Amino acid sequence: MKSKELAGRYALMESLKAEGVDTIFGYPGGSIIPTFDALYDYRDIFNFILVRHEQAATHAAEGYARVSGKVGVVLLTSGPGATNAITGIADAMMDSTPMVVIAGQVASQALGTDAFQETDLVGITQPITKWSYQIRKAEDIAWAVSRAFYIASTGRPGPVVLDLTKDAQTELCNFAYKKCSFIRSYIPYPEIDEFNVEQAAHIINAAKKPFALLGQGVILSNAEKEVMKFLEKANIPAATTLLGLSCLPSDHELNKGMLGMHGNYGPNMKTNECDVLIAIGMRFSDRVTGNKNTYAKQAKILHFDIDPSEIGKNITPTLGILGDIKESITMVTERLNEAKHKEWIDSFKPLENKEHEKVFVKEVENCTGDIHMGEVVDKISKATGDKAVLVTDVGQNQIMSARYFRYKQTRSVITSGGLGTMGFGLPAAMGAKVGAPERTVCAFCGDGGMQMTIEELGTIMQSNIGVKIILLNNNKLGMVRQWQELFWHKRYSFTDMLNPDFSMIASAYGIRNSVVEKREDLDKGIADMLKDDKAYVLIVNLEECGMVYPMTPAGDDVTNVLLEKK
Amino acid sequence: MEEKTLYTVTIFSENRVGLLNQISIIFNRRQLNIETLSVSPSALEGIHKFTITTYTDLETIQKVVKQIDKRVDILKAYYNTDSELVYQEIALYKIATDALIEKGSVENLIRKYNIRILEMNDTCVVFEKTGLYDETQQLFEELSKTVGVLQFIRSGRVAITRSKVERLSDMLAEIEETLAQKKNRKK
Ligand SMILES: Cc1ncc(C[n+]2csc(CCOP(=O)(O)OP(=O)(O)O)c2C)c(N)n1
Ligand SMILES: [Mg+2]
Repeated sequence: MKSKELAGRYALMESLKAEGVDTIFGYPGGSIIPTFDALYDYRDIFNFILVRHEQAATHAAEGYARVSGKVGVVLLTSGPGATNAITGIADAMMDSTPMVVIAGQVASQALGTDAFQETDLVGITQPITKWSYQIRKAEDIAWAVSRAFYIASTGRPGPVVLDLTKDAQTELCNFAYKKCSFIRSYIPYPEIDEFNVEQAAHIINAAKKPFALLGQGVILSNAEKEVMKFLEKANIPAATTLLGLSCLPSDHELNKGMLGMHGNYGPNMKTNECDVLIAIGMRFSDRVTGNKNTYAKQAKILHFDIDPSEIGKNITPTLGILGDIKESITMVTERLNEAKHKEWIDSFKPLENKEHEKVFVKEVENCTGDIHMGEVVDKISKATGDKAVLVTDVGQNQIMSARYFRYKQTRSVITSGGLGTMGFGLPAAMGAKVGAPERTVCAFCGDGGMQMTIEELGTIMQSNIGVKIILLNNNKLGMVRQWQELFWHKRYSFTDMLNPDFSMIASAYGIRNSVVEKREDLDKGIADMLKDDKAYVLIVNLEECGMVYPMTPAGDDVTNVLLEKK
Repeated sequence: MEEKTLYTVTIFSENRVGLLNQISIIFNRRQLNIETLSVSPSALEGIHKFTITTYTDLETIQKVVKQIDKRVDILKAYYNTDSELVYQEIALYKIATDALIEKGSVENLIRKYNIRILEMNDTCVVFEKTGLYDETQQLFEELSKTVGVLQFIRSGRVAITRSKVERLSDMLAEIEETLAQKKNRKK
């Protein structure tokens, strides 16, 4: 590309354009105003979504990235604008979400002087980003932006922060854009060791009771097909982590459900019964393993991951197979014998039945009394043909929707897993709808979490974002209340919520809504919500003291599953 | 609890602002105390070398080194135990001149500890001793007991592996090669 002279702020616009950016979430302010001025000339190129709080910009970018596989882009001002974004940056780091956050910074001569709205953003974000860099000269913009997109989107994805001084935005530079495809200190796709692949295939071929755990790595690596082939060839039952949900269709015969603290009974019990545990693109989070000292001790453990620091971090595997899953799994599949494990797979059935009878029937199929969360989720999943994108907030609403929503298509679940960020749902759903306008996006929020980012109803109104928001209102910080009931002697310390009239709030923003309190009105509310592609808030007033089961208490053995109240 | 060992972590990085912070955060998160630290340009141009010592167990140091290695601007991180390294520290001791003269047996001390004198005037003398931690410490204790030490400073450890070349050179050569291959493929 021939170079031309441009002001830094235009160099930034051109760089973003060269990276194929189509959407930016953000909020203006003093030290980013020069760039916003340039943005004014690029209104036709970038769909800029003006949020109501910078945290929401980051969550929206996460939702956008997770649904589309593209890098989410955020543009903010310095100081409070940047610090407001911290939660979303940390969230993206925990959940490996590709995101580039560009924040204004005071002019370079003022750095270090506690100038107005100066914060050490690079210092603050180093532990919660893949890369964090301060740009002090316009001529560095193209270089830094190309690196930022390369780092954010390759290998194990994650957030990158660029801290852009005000003078770098205004001074002139010679601009020529070159996409980054190599950094000598960074190996995004480690070479796969063929010997390890041989070994892994050998171990799987000898297995009588193999069991696969699928994480978000399967989705991030675009390896859904390859993994399905792998499972089918050797007839291996599988379960997914919370973030891995939808990498395998819910109704696939080898999909045995979700792992973890509130996962399905079968997969958790079978973890400590299988003879070979095959972990693919997951990181053995404590929410999946429970007590690590008793976790899958009987099994040979194979760990496939792209990130060398994950192998052996939480669970020491028999064999770690480092590399991009799409490739490594394909290589293993080639070496697998076709197998049948009918008896082993059938042995999940009684556990499934038990969970069905003890949990599903009460929560979904045959509820009595006030409306239950599970039945709401189940009905909405059905009404969307199991094709919608599920976005959740955090709490009981998150677990219930993850458990009872069903998926046909990959990239259909957007939830805050690693950080567990309340307030994530509503803005992430906005981002998801912008990233996949052709899909129905259903955001399930609790009354607590919804109020953490409820201001985004303003963004939905202004930018006309057709998200379906289902407020699962129990007038409680339900998940904390559940822990208090089970583990803290029913001392309900500050988990009651006196809530506003949510319907009036939605109406104030001009968003259609309805309130459902009775079971018999639920279908009508859902039908009304889904009848067009416009934003809608469905407020469902629920039983107040519902419980999420099954549950494995934190730190307990993975098999210590509570199926109902004692 | 597993027995703690002194590990020397060697890190090669790009010469960029903020790397020390990135590294120390990883030690902090695991509650590891940095015993000694020294940073300088390495034998390879444009590449910095950090030498850090810390007491911990094998499992932890392995994880820490992997997490350091993962940072984008870090080229490579290694850990070693003492037996795999040649290493040294340097210490400076300031002593009052009159105390030293009063004591008299300076010559013995100098011979015994292989001390160099860096500076001497009517008020104070500065000794330099290079050696292992125990050696510089022993001199410190002896001086403290006899003549008194006005000021004392010890450097971080510097260390070199027993192998012939900088381990990083092989890795760099490999990286250059893949880069060349990539370029060729594009053509
Ligand atoms: C930002 C943030 N603050 C606090 C918590 C701790 N927390 C986890 S779940 C929960 C209760 C959530 O209540 P609500 O949003 O009403 O959802 P429910 O569990 O009732 O469905 C709380 C307070 C959190 N995860 N995130
Ligand atoms: Mg609630």
